[in-house]
This record gives sequence, structure tokens and C-alpha cells, in this order.
Amino acid sequence: MSLDVDVDHVREHFRLTARFSSAPGLTALFGRSGSGKSTLVDIIGGLVRPTRGRVKIDGQVLVDTERGVFVPKHRRRVGYVFQDSRLFPHLSVRNNLLYGRWFARPDGGASGDLASVVKLLDIGPLLDRRPDSLSGGEKQRVAIGRALLAHPRLLLMDEPLASLDEARRAEILPYIERLRDDAGVPVVYVSHSVAEVARLATTVVILTEGKVTAVGPVLDILPLADTGDAGGVLDATVARHDEAFQLTVLASVAGELQVPRLAAPVGAPVRAYIRARDVMISLRPPEEISALNVLVGRIASVTPSSSGAQADVRLDCNGATLMARVTAKSVQRLALAPGRPVFAVIKSVSFERS
Amino acid sequence: MTPEEWTAVRLSLLVATTATLASLPLGIAVAWLLARGRFWGKSLVDTLVHLPLIMPPVVTGYLLLLTFGRRTPVGAFLADELGIVFSFRWTGAALACAVMGFPLLVRAVRLSIEAVDARLEAAAGTLGANPLWVFATVTLPLSLPGVIAGAILCFAKAMGEFGATITFVSNIPGETQTLPSLIYTLTQVPGGDAGALRLTLISIALSMLALLGSELLARRIGARRTAVA
Repeated sequence: MSLDVDVDHVREHFRLTARFSSAPGLTALFGRSGSGKSTLVDIIGGLVRPTRGRVKIDGQVLVDTERGVFVPKHRRRVGYVFQDSRLFPHLSVRNNLLYGRWFARPDGGASGDLASVVKLLDIGPLLDRRPDSLSGGEKQRVAIGRALLAHPRLLLMDEPLASLDEARRAEILPYIERLRDDAGVPVVYVSHSVAEVARLATTVVILTEGKVTAVGPVLDILPLADTGDAGGVLDATVARHDEAFQLTVLASVAGELQVPRLAAPVGAPVRAYIRARDVMISLRPPEEISALNVLVGRIASVTPSSSGAQADVRLDCNGATLMARVTAKSVQRLALAPGRPVFAVIKSVSFERS
Repeated sequence: MTPEEWTAVRLSLLVATTATLASLPLGIAVAWLLARGRFWGKSLVDTLVHLPLIMPPVVTGYLLLLTFGRRTPVGAFLADELGIVFSFRWTGAALACAVMGFPLLVRAVRLSIEAVDARLEAAAGTLGANPLWVFATVTLPLSLPGVIAGAILCFAKAMGEFGATITFVSNIPGETQTLPSLIYTLTQVPGGDAGALRLTLISIALSMLALLGSELLARRIGARRTAVA
């Protein structure tokens, strides 16, 4: 699957200019609210007609304003999971799920019958309920299943977790991971949460005030995001468990990391998100400190914050990118500059597990 | 009751049912256009639909006579080509009642369609449903209570229609003499008071039955929705 977007869209006081291609897997459209993410997925899904431009899936033109092409949304085979579920209140969960199958052509696109989708999302016990008796998390799982059963070539998810609390979010994230890895349908996922993007994304498209400012693999791109909660992403595998201290040891290119005991088996891939504010920098190997993780790296860049009081230091740890947020005073005191070898000290509690 | 009165009651029920059922599909279509459509001349259509509500019924009846009378081009065409004759027939009474009840039907249906969340319709579209299917599977089921209310209003209006009917198709016993027409006739003849009163009571009873029926129907739809969904 390939998605090619090259559009301009002008609304009052707002201009969206987006140009990117996405690879298979999960593409995250990431940016602050008002950056144009939702408008962009609405354009891909056919809910909004762009002022100018082209949208293509696998070479098939969905929109081309110059040639006057606009494929209506019901013929695009692009699934859409909305922030507010939008389940049909007059239909049971089962009939909501089966709604798209009346119209779907089962050739290509996401495959899967009711049974497998119900299993993937664990919604068997809900089938005979009505939507308004479901919790927010259950509604979103049903909405995901409903979109999948319409056999989409591409699945759009517009902040599907935004209306849920932290616990419900944690409940749904594993299902979206399963969707990404097992269902074989490419996903475009809108989010303003670094943690979600770090955990789910294969590719990241960063939108800033209506413009695409960066596109690329999540490991390279996320450290560049201007989020106020910046950080680095490390792909790792579970090396072993340290039962005595309830810790799990992860192996990554940057070195070994010790994190609180994970439920994942040895050998399982995990993705750690390390916030810049949880990383300290030392010029010498630190001894006798409580932090368990010390990685060796080299400074790639030093970017002062807009106020000038702090700086984001980008570290290259054997190819992996880490971010550290330090004060401007520390930058001066330690003479932090690109090329300088340093030690990154990470508290073991600061991991987002995947 | 006299046979004449029975005939009028039966005729009124026939005319009102025909008028309601015949105008329902068109009424729903027009209501949908007015609620969701964006087209040039929308306010003109809106005004035309509402005209019978604000014009004197006699004027509406006379306009129908001028349009569908046996000797007019439209009336002659319908009679010669399709075999449909309106003037001085019960079908004409049904047409007059349908025209008079139409604005009430459209208003009720339009309001309930406008109350349907357009975001649900958009969601149905992304699942592959074309606009017609979206209407049939999402918009119409969700606005069904309004459709029933509109149909009942139309039926009640048709049961009581007098001015347009008597102007268009006159007051012919057994053919176009509906309940209100007969009440009017009875009040014009000596000794007709008792009959007029009987028919008045029947008229009130029928109106209340229609209202009750709509209540029950609406409740059953609500219950079925709960049970199925």
C-alpha cells in the first residue's frame, strides 16, 4: 500500500499545505491541536474536498482537483475510526459491525470475517448490546471493528483515544498494536500524544501550523518534534528478567537498559520512549548514583529553547537517538557541544513500554 | 346512524388513508431535500410546499380545479392517457386532502431529519453506503418518530378537510361527500341537527383514535429499537 498526498486547503484564517507519502504500517500524523491533522484525514477519507491537490492510494487517484476527479467517500474503501465512535444508535453492536459488509467488495483490502475481528478486538460479549450501553473504550473497539469489516484498503483513525481516560487508553492501545501487526491494513493515525505515537507509529508525519515539517521513521523523526514533552525512542528486545529486584533487562543498539518488570516474554520486541527531561548528562562515567541506566553517546546537536533558559541536547548513542533537556547553565558549565562524548544517565522508571 | 352517514364516514376514511399513503413517499423525499439538500431555488420549493397552509382552502381548491379539471390540458391528458380522473370523483377529494396535508407532513419529517446527527451519515458513507443507502439505513430509521407524527398530522388534516375538497370536487353523496361535507349539508337542512351531532362525535372519536394509534406506534418503535439494539 502506498498513500500519496499533495494538497492545499484554505479555510478562513487557516491554510493547510501537506505533501507526503506513507509506507506500510502505521503512519502517525502528529502535531498540536489546530495543526491541521484532522482536516488532512478528512481530505483522505473524502469528507472534505481540498482546495487544490491530489490524493492517491496504490496509484489510484482519489482526488485530483486539476483533472476534476473526486471519488466520493463511499467508493474510496477508506475506513474511518472517529474520535467520537459514531456507532449507529438504532442498531445492535452486531449490526453496527456488519453494516459495511452490505456494501463491501471482499477483494483485497483488510480481510477478516466477523469471528476473527470479534476475536482480535475481544468484543464477543458485546454483540447483542446496544451502543449507548457501552463504555467509551468498548465503543471505540466496536468502531474499529466496524471499520475493519468494511474491508478498507486504508484505515484512518482520528485521535481514537482522545475522549478516553488514561485507563481506557491503556486498554485499547494493545488492540491497535494487534491491528497494525496482524490485520495487515495500513493505518493513518492522528494524535497529539507523544507517548501514543512513540508506541504505535512506524512512520511519523509532523504537522506544524498547517505545514508538514518532517516525515520519516519514528525513531528518527520523533526526537525532532516540538512538543514540550520531547524525547527519544529506542527499539529494544527483552533480554532477561531480574526477578529478585522486579526488573527487566532490555537489549538495544545503545546498550542495556533496566526497566521495571515487564509482562513481555524474553525475546519480545518493545519500544521505550525516554523523555528528554528524564535524561541527565555527565562528562565522566557516573559512579555511586541511584540511576540504573548509563548509556555512552556523543552529542549530535544542542538546541536552545525559545526562552533561552534550557536546551535540548540530541545524543547519538551508537546510532540511536536520545534527547536530554538541560539548563543553559549546564550547557555552558560542561561546555556541551556537538561531537563531545558524554554519558547519558536515565532513571529506570521513565519508560513507555510497547 | 343512517346509511348516508355510514357512507360519508367510510368515504372519509378511504380518502384520508389514500391521501396520507400517497403523499408519504413524496413528502419524505421533499423533507429530505429541504433538510439536507443544497440547491438553487430551495426557498422557492419551501414556499411552494407551504402555500396550501397559508392560502385560503377555497383558493387551493379552485387552483386544483383550474389545473386538474376534466377540460384543462392536464386533466384531459391524465384522463385520456392514464385513465385517471380527479374532478368530481373521490380520487379528487384524496388529491385535495393530500395537497392540504402535505405541508404538515413535510414540516414534521423535515424537523426530525434535521435532528439526525449528520456525523452518523458521514460515518455510514465511509463504510461504503451511497447517499441513498445512508438515507434508507440511517437517516430514515432515526427519523421514524417524526415520519409517523407527520403522517398522523396529514391523516387528521385529510379527515377534516372541507374547503378545498368541496371547491374542487363538490359535495356528491357516495362519491365526494366526506364527513365534514355531510355535516355541513346536515346543518343546512331542517331536522339535520341530530345527524350533524352524531357525525361530530364520530369525527372527534376518529381524531382521538388516530392520535392514540400514533402514540402506540411510536412507543412500539422505541421498544423494538431497545430490544433489537
